[in-house]
Amino acid sequence: MLGVILAVLIVPLATGIACFLVPFRVAAPLTVASGVACFGLVLALAPGAARGGTPTYLSYLRADALSCVFLLATGFLYAAVSVYAAGYLRGRTDRYARRFYLGFNVFAWAMLAAPLMSSLALLWIAIEVTTVVSALLVAIETELPGKEGDGAAEASWKYVLIASAGLGLGLLATIFAYYAGAQVLGAHSNLAIAPLIAAGSRLPKTPVELAFLLAVLGYGTKVGLAPVHTWLPDAHSEAPTPVSALLSGALLATSFYAILRFYQVAAAALGSGFPRDTLLAFGVVSLLLASLYVFGQRDVKRLLAYSSIEHMGILAIGVSFGAPAALGGVLLHVMAHAAAKGNAFMGAGVFTVKYRTKRMPAMRDGLRLLPWSGPLFLLSVLALSAFPPFGIFRSEFEIVAGGLGSGSYAAAAVLVILVTVAFFGLVTTVTGVLLRPAPARSVAAETPPAESVPARSEAVARQTARADRTEAAGGTGVERVAGGDGGALATAAPALASQAPAGRALEPGEPSAWMVIPVLAGLAVLVLLGVHPPGELTNLITQAAAQLRGAP
Amino acid sequence: MNAPPGVYQGAANVIAALMLLLEFGMLRQALVRDQVRLYAAQSALISVLAVVIAADRNLPELYALAALSAALKVGAVPYVLRRLLGPPAVEEARGVAGSHTLNPASAVLACIVMAAFGFFSFGSLHIQSAEAPAFALSVAGAMVFVAFVLMIIRRDVASQAIGFFSLENAISLASLVLAAELPLLLETAFLFDLLLAVVVFAMLIRAHHARAESLSTADLSRLRG
Repeated sequence: MLGVILAVLIVPLATGIACFLVPFRVAAPLTVASGVACFGLVLALAPGAARGGTPTYLSYLRADALSCVFLLATGFLYAAVSVYAAGYLRGRTDRYARRFYLGFNVFAWAMLAAPLMSSLALLWIAIEVTTVVSALLVAIETELPGKEGDGAAEASWKYVLIASAGLGLGLLATIFAYYAGAQVLGAHSNLAIAPLIAAGSRLPKTPVELAFLLAVLGYGTKVGLAPVHTWLPDAHSEAPTPVSALLSGALLATSFYAILRFYQVAAAALGSGFPRDTLLAFGVVSLLLASLYVFGQRDVKRLLAYSSIEHMGILAIGVSFGAPAALGGVLLHVMAHAAAKGNAFMGAGVFTVKYRTKRMPAMRDGLRLLPWSGPLFLLSVLALSAFPPFGIFRSEFEIVAGGLGSGSYAAAAVLVILVTVAFFGLVTTVTGVLLRPAPARSVAAETPPAESVPARSEAVARQTARADRTEAAGGTGVERVAGGDGGALATAAPALASQAPAGRALEPGEPSAWMVIPVLAGLAVLVLLGVHPPGELTNLITQAAAQLRGAP
Repeated sequence: MNAPPGVYQGAANVIAALMLLLEFGMLRQALVRDQVRLYAAQSALISVLAVVIAADRNLPELYALAALSAALKVGAVPYVLRRLLGPPAVEEARGVAGSHTLNPASAVLACIVMAAFGFFSFGSLHIQSAEAPAFALSVAGAMVFVAFVLMIIRRDVASQAIGFFSLENAISLASLVLAAELPLLLETAFLFDLLLAVVVFAMLIRAHHARAESLSTADLSRLRG
């Protein structure tokens, strides 16, 4: 077990460093190999963790069932997105690709390291490392000219400032947890999670209450719980798409894992009433806000970002139910959401490459123009919206069943209503992109292979949008859209056509096969999780849910 | 009648009060480089407090921590920030000087309210022991709130970064008061993490300056959260 844990901690970090030193054509397969190897390694950890027991290695490492659930989600997404990135980055400069792969692998390393830490202090450090690395990954787009570079600069600054301030509160929570533990375990306690839980009701109540509240507020900033979510839609929409997928599918869950660890300590010390009520309040507010905001979005990545806030709200509400079925549903939801949200972002990334814009009013006829990615994106969004037979349907069903079973009728009803509202918002918006027929004139020219990369494509679209503003003064060529980010001008068909070689229309076809394969894999996983989760996985989830209910 | 505080408690209380005063001082400064000086002084006080605790409780590892903290927060961070700012005339040109969104009197009043809220909130928790002077902890609570105000009311990236670093100082104060005996490995890891954060803040400030030719955040209004 120790060897596997050490390998998980070494492989992505070593790969990141190696990628910075080798050319892009080597870095891409190296990262894919690292992603697949890490997923294999975390799969190898799962059976041992499912049997229970929480041995600690080298004083600071452990992989119990709860850790393994989050490791599986991150490991799968790391592998899938590393394949996707190989297609997404085609045509980027070598300098950009080296920096990207360095950051990408180190980001994955930090997210894999966090659940393996046996101490709340090291957990905080790992999550802080995820912040600094991912902020640089969002900022990597500042190299690009024009508005998208400006957007990346703004988003990365807001992200690092808000998330760091939130994690400051998380650190304060950690210090209060230490103070509480020191009263029982002695001053040289190293904030290890297991002894804190074992100390249970002997821990002083006030510091534990304060620690939990600060942890929810602090780590909740990273999770994207309302009202401290404001960095999330900006960072997710401005980051390179592979980073958006990891941010949404893995980073939010990893931060939620930190809250769950504080939840375990608080539930052991205070009983589950206070922590459950706190999570319920944050969960309902997040779900309410997100389910309403998905309706106003015009940027496809912002739409998915708000969907992430919705799903984090569902997780918080699920934990607040406290019933075994609901907790099992929450843990299944972590994995299913990782696969579904990763898929949705990867699909959206294909659309932004194809249409050279993130704005949905300029995207039409997606099912015809993207014969693979169009249907796959639709299926991914349906999976994300809890359609059967996908995993999120099963997980949300279990959460609601657990809520009803535990007598939380009102909260379960609110959950069902708001999830349904969000479902309509997501599906109606996305089907418009996929099914609305293209206008008679072309929306954009097909990019030559060497230029079919997001940087160039989106830059062209943004330049077009600027040109549109000028034209708008004369009232021609543009369509004003009341967008979610302040009613910016969206590029419309005739305006974009002005940038295209005359008479050339978008032709059906995929930008890259590498951007399709991981989405297929993600859908297969979602069907597996929804129809018949493997026995070992069910055991793992049952064991992890038992841990959340107070089992050692 | 309460017993008078010992040397450690007295020193901790005085240092905490001085740190809060320096934070108010940061609020008043128009030039960011003056804020940086006050931040360095505040960080030096943290190191002094660590030395006092090390001597009082016979914790030799805290001497090492005090030295590391001083090297990083009194030396490296202010140096990096001054390099980013350039001379005072350049700072003026970069849109940094006097970037308050509130006039100084209103800002101080707002901070007094927030500081009082933080002070009495933390005080009402009654978290106290021989090793944890309640007054110093309450002051740390007040500093946390003032640091947030500091981040909010300035419209330049350098001042916002200093606001974050002073938030970190407030948490360091709380950490020394409540968790002085936390293993050195973890304390060092916290400091290393701060170093990483400083590097990233500096890189983002440089990136912002390269694009906007200013350190002002007035242009950062395209994204609405």
